[in-house]
Amino acid sequence: MEQAPPDLERQWQPAPLEPLGHTDAGLQAAVGEEAEGSRDEVPGDGTEHALGLGVLMTENNFGLKKIEISVSEAEKRTGRNAMNMQETYTAYLIETRSVEHTDGQSVLTDSLWRRYSEFELLRNYLLVYYPHIVVPPLPEKRAEFVWHKLSADNMDPDFVERRRIGLENFLLRVASHPILCRDKIFYLFLTQEGNWKETVNETGFQLKADSRLKALNATFRVKNPDKRFTELKHYSDELQSVISHLLRVRARVADRLYGVYKVHGNYGRVFSEWSAIEKEMGDGLQSAGHHMDVYASSIDDILEDEEHYADQLKEYLFYAEALRAVCRKHELMQYDLEMAAQDLASKKQQCEELATGTVRTFSLKGMTTKLFGQETPEQREARIKVLEEQINEGEQQLKSKNLEGREFVKNAWADIERFKEQKNHDLKEALISYAVMQISMCKKGIQVWTNAKECFSKM
Amino acid sequence: MELSFHSVLHLYQDQEMEDLILPNGGTPAGTSSPASSSSLLNRLQLDDDIDGETRDLFVTVDDPKKHVCTMETYITYRITTKSTRVEFDLPEYSVRRRYQDFDWLRNKLEESQPTHLIPPLPEKFVVKGVVDRFSEEFVETRRKALDKFLKRITDHPVLSFNEHFNVFLTAKDLNAYKRQGMALLSRVGESVKHVTGGYKLRSRPLEFAAIGDYLDTFALKLGTIDRIAQRIIKEEIEYLVELREYGPVYSTWSALEGELAEPLEGVSACIGNCSTALEELTDDMTEDFLPVLREYILYSDSMKSVLKKRDQVQAEYEAKLEAVALRKEDRPKVPADVEKCQDRMECFNADLKADMERWQSNKRQDFRQLLMGMADKNIQYYEKCLMAWESIIPLLQEKPEANGSPLVFIPWWSL
Repeated sequence: MEQAPPDLERQWQPAPLEPLGHTDAGLQAAVGEEAEGSRDEVPGDGTEHALGLGVLMTENNFGLKKIEISVSEAEKRTGRNAMNMQETYTAYLIETRSVEHTDGQSVLTDSLWRRYSEFELLRNYLLVYYPHIVVPPLPEKRAEFVWHKLSADNMDPDFVERRRIGLENFLLRVASHPILCRDKIFYLFLTQEGNWKETVNETGFQLKADSRLKALNATFRVKNPDKRFTELKHYSDELQSVISHLLRVRARVADRLYGVYKVHGNYGRVFSEWSAIEKEMGDGLQSAGHHMDVYASSIDDILEDEEHYADQLKEYLFYAEALRAVCRKHELMQYDLEMAAQDLASKKQQCEELATGTVRTFSLKGMTTKLFGQETPEQREARIKVLEEQINEGEQQLKSKNLEGREFVKNAWADIERFKEQKNHDLKEALISYAVMQISMCKKGIQVWTNAKECFSKM
Repeated sequence: MELSFHSVLHLYQDQEMEDLILPNGGTPAGTSSPASSSSLLNRLQLDDDIDGETRDLFVTVDDPKKHVCTMETYITYRITTKSTRVEFDLPEYSVRRRYQDFDWLRNKLEESQPTHLIPPLPEKFVVKGVVDRFSEEFVETRRKALDKFLKRITDHPVLSFNEHFNVFLTAKDLNAYKRQGMALLSRVGESVKHVTGGYKLRSRPLEFAAIGDYLDTFALKLGTIDRIAQRIIKEEIEYLVELREYGPVYSTWSALEGELAEPLEGVSACIGNCSTALEELTDDMTEDFLPVLREYILYSDSMKSVLKKRDQVQAEYEAKLEAVALRKEDRPKVPADVEKCQDRMECFNADLKADMERWQSNKRQDFRQLLMGMADKNIQYYEKCLMAWESIIPLLQEKPEANGSPLVFIPWWSL
């Protein structure tokens, strides 16, 4: 049983290395290893849903259990929102199963319903408390990069279905992340239906969320950022741009391809009509027409499969944003550090000048002294004292900021390396599956036209 | 400014395509420069023996050449004739003819053999838009059609012996012959020429009525197929435009990446290959498929006018017959001129019937070949794309280092 109360009150600091509420170093090591080991078995991409495994710390802190998470259903609901107005939304059923090591059987341990906004809440929380982690993204809120056949309506069943898969993918990503999987709020998200929102809000993260957003968007100049982060930020910007472009063009390509296939359907009808006036040619024409119909209708499945590929690209489009946020966080911290150092240096300067009597730096006090006369030695002493205190404090703060900064860089870079590998693996997978789709489409095309050709030969 | 051959498509889009079920269209395609392609299938088309007859006349159209004169610029084609027929003084001839010579020939044939179905010529003018009459693709398409035209005449048991045809194939100076005026016309021809309209037909024999109906529906269906084919090409061209933008984006992405650079570049190249294959498909369809469809539409139009002439001949005969009956003379014998009319009509009917049968049989073969050709082109397109995608699978599956955790992948053969 847990002795300490769950420590939900967290300072906005670089994430501590200890998992929430647990300080047992020995367990940590085990956790570390298990996490490492489990990572091998957990596929990085979302296509292996059936095998969705994650590692989760259980509440009672007894070792680790392998769990399966699935978002198995989606349901339309109506309810009242914050302004007491009726609204329709979709709720998703999250089922958690624990997998017994021995026989691989899984037992349903938890099952609850969540809506998209709750997922968003979870993610925002993670963003605030793990600024050094590239936090997995959610599937898009609204359908974008739509081609004409797809509906842009959030209630459209195809969209809901793809979103269900995306949400499951998100949970699997979090559950398979060595650090995020240990988070208590995440655990409660999966297990505590009622009251979860209140629990999250009690952490007070909302305030921090707002100031974080503000900081991320602010413009400032950093003098000495870690070059790697600068490059990485640049990369994430470029990645976002190129994937957006790719998705836009792909949607147009899909549109056009749809048109090509569908027009062939007209052959079916006209061949049929023509066959009616022909004697020997009739049968061949008629059956060829049938194949044209088959051809025309085959595009629907083909393009539906391709949407899956688009979703995989979209995930990394959004991941690029998360990557960028980590880089920005570093810049923020670095800027903060530089400002603190600058401030300290100026105070020291001031102190020195007061002590030696020379005025090199501009200070308001100095100016007023000049204008209104010298101050008394006692006054000066007092001021020096204050400054010395401030300098002391400042040096302490600078030290800790430095430490924080270095810790952040270390931890962030570790996660970035992990992310890079995951990205390379996942995107290669995505490209392979795309190529496989194209191959399948070509084979279907060859089949249909070969059949049609045979019909024509019998004309 | 030289525009691409594809703007020829605007020529065909005369009507609204109301009867087609079409997806929401996009913006018109930009012009693309088609690669020229030769269709072996077309060349070999009429070289088989029809009815197993031994051939004694071979005609080929090839070697287009541009002539630039002060007054005009035009293309001539070489006509090569090989024959053992007595009507030809030499066993082999080679002359040069231009489109207007073919046009002249066709008119002469229509005049001199009005009871027969004369094959169509490719269109004289390209009306809409500015098409380059001297582009390689246009000239090649025209050459094929002219070759087809002569071969159809060659295959015809009556037309191939026509005097004008002979002169067309053999004369050094065709213009001199043209200026000479009309040569000897067959009797039937002359008399039919002078049949004026204005006779009302009593009843059309069932078989000719059926032919008329058939041709009506046939032309209609061909027209629809023509519009569908054009629309498909248009959609394919627009698809091509998008593909040409799509492929390079993978290249751009590849430049940002390390491990993914080669796979992404591979995908880009692959899409490029598919784009090229698609372009070849649209070129082939435009150059080989559409013109033949168009030809058959023209063919059925000209056949309908021959049918009308036949109706006229029959009407004249019936009118004369009636006039005789009304005269109530005691002559048991039918007057000579009525007999002549009857002769004319019966000859016409016989010629037409024979030609129709021949036409049906040729049509069947032509369409079988045409549609099989269309299927073939599409198969080839998909085969090229298949090859491209299959060849990059190993590239995509390549692992950069031997160490590291085993990566999970979906083997391509599992799908």
